[in-house]
Amino acid sequence: MIEDDTKIFGFWVYLMTDLIIFAVLFAAYVVLREPTDLFQLPLALAETLILLTSSFTCALALLSVHRLQKNWTIFWFTVTFALGAAFLVLEFNEFHKFVQEGASWQTSAFLSSFFALVGTHGLHISIGLLWMVVALFQIGSRGLIPSNISRLMRLAFFWHFLDIVWVFIFTVVYGMGLLK
Amino acid sequence: MTKRLIGFIASLIFTLAAFFVIRYQMPYAIITLLILAVLQVTAQSIFFLHILSEKGPRWNLHLFISTIAIVIIIVGFTIWIMNHLNYNMMTM
Repeated sequence: MIEDDTKIFGFWVYLMTDLIIFAVLFAAYVVLREPTDLFQLPLALAETLILLTSSFTCALALLSVHRLQKNWTIFWFTVTFALGAAFLVLEFNEFHKFVQEGASWQTSAFLSSFFALVGTHGLHISIGLLWMVVALFQIGSRGLIPSNISRLMRLAFFWHFLDIVWVFIFTVVYGMGLLK
Repeated sequence: MTKRLIGFIASLIFTLAAFFVIRYQMPYAIITLLILAVLQVTAQSIFFLHILSEKGPRWNLHLFISTIAIVIIIVGFTIWIMNHLNYNMMTM
């Protein structure tokens, strides 16, 4: 258990340095921000609710892990994966629409910082989804053995962390961008 | 289970509150949105990340708080410096 705590702490240190990356991207975005009518509130709300629900189902998955309920673990992680994938599809559509409308990352410093910030978050989500697929295979093949439990705890940390970053993206990028 | 459900419902309430603030362009919107975001992140840290139920010397919590301080310094001071730069360049 001591060794596990060290692994969790090490992963937590990584997450905190990742938070600093996002802080720098937020700082750049806030400085370069311009008035725009690109953002749509319903879409931003849908993305937020989907990611929030996936964070909740991920917490339920981890609860099943601690109760050693293998099938529930697989079920909740699959639901989390589906919600994460839905989020990513919505985000890709949004980016595609922006580029179609001539608002690509090459258009202005503001849009560069927008795509850098939201894109970095999207990249993290993609990596989280890949990790979840690997985790599902590991649970499937070897069950809830101690080393898998430790990995799943870190995966859950990562996923909750991404939702926390998104709360600020929703607030600063979409929320403040939509205020007149 | 109950703990996670509380976290989820609290987060939903904060998200919907933020939605209405934006939708109806309420007064003091920016500060309200920031407070709602901080409340939501606090709720998720407690109910999903279990940041307060750590056993032993609470290293995760300590690191979390120091990182938040670094984040506030990076973002807050960037805004401060760049706004002043803008102000000083205006006479040009």
